[in-house]
Amino acid sequence: MRFIIIYLVGVIFGTGIVVSGMANPAKVINFFDVAGTWDPSLAFVMGGALITTAIGYRLVFGRSRPLFEGKFMLPTARNLDARLIGGSAVFGIGWGIAGFCPGGALPALGTGRIDVIAFVGAMLIGIFAARHLQSLSRPKAQAA
Amino acid sequence: MIETVFTPWQSLGGGVLIGLSAVLLMLIVGRVMGATGVLTGIFAPASTADFSWRVALLLGMVTGPAVFWLITGGMPEITVPASMPMLLIGGGIVGVGVTYGSGCTSGHGVCGMARFSPRSIAATLTFMATTAATVFVVRHVIGA
Repeated sequence: MRFIIIYLVGVIFGTGIVVSGMANPAKVINFFDVAGTWDPSLAFVMGGALITTAIGYRLVFGRSRPLFEGKFMLPTARNLDARLIGGSAVFGIGWGIAGFCPGGALPALGTGRIDVIAFVGAMLIGIFAARHLQSLSRPKAQAA
Repeated sequence: MIETVFTPWQSLGGGVLIGLSAVLLMLIVGRVMGATGVLTGIFAPASTADFSWRVALLLGMVTGPAVFWLITGGMPEITVPASMPMLLIGGGIVGVGVTYGSGCTSGHGVCGMARFSPRSIAATLTFMATTAATVFVVRHVIGA
C-alpha cells in the first residue's frame, strides 16, 4: 500500500516535469539564453513549484510527524562552505552544456530515448566518481 | 539555436504538480523531493524501507511520459541541442556537481528554497548563474 502511494507521488512529479518542459533540454537552455532565443517558461515552473511547496510544507510541518515515518528527515547542514558553492557551480556548467538536470532527466527516461539514457548513465558515473573521491577525504554527506 | 514556444500556463501547471508531489512526499515519508538525494540514496540505503520508497518514487517518475501520452495522445517534446559527446560530458559534470553541492534543481531549487534554507538559496543562485554563463559561452562565444 505504502509502495503504491509513493509510486503515485512519483507519477505526479514525473508528469509535472514533462508537462512543465523541464525534461526538454531545448526549452531549458532557451530559458538561460536571454541574449538569444529566450523562452521564459521555466520561471513559471519554478514559481508554481515554489509557491505550492512553500504553502504545502507550512501545512505539513504543522503535524508532529509524517504519516508513515516517525519524524521529518530534513537536511541539517547550515554552513555555506566551498563544497556547496563549488559543487553547485559545477552542476550549473553541466546543466548548461547538456540541458538536463537530474529531476528533468529521470522522468524523461520513461520515453526510452537513447540520448536520455546516455545522459543518465554519464551522470551516474559522475556521481560514483565524486562519492568515491569524497570517501577518500571526508565522511560522506547526504544529498538534499 | 532552436526556438521553443513560450508555454506559461502549461509550465505553471507542471510546476504546481512538481510542488504538490514534494508536499505529498514530505507528508507521507517526511523526505525532501530532491532527484539527486532520492537517486543516490538507493546506492547506500539506511534500511529496506528506505530503499523501497526510493524505488517506488523513481518508478513513478519514469511513468510520467506514459501519463502525458494518455492525456495528450502524444509523447512529450524532447529536443536535445547538445551532441552525444557533449551530452556525456555534461552528464558527468552534473553528476560530480550535484554530489559535491548536495542537491540539484528539485532539492535545492524547489524544496530547499521553499523552506527558506540559506544553503539552498545560495546553491540555487550559484547554479543558475553558472548555467546562464555556460549557455552564453556555448551559444554566443563558441557558437555551437
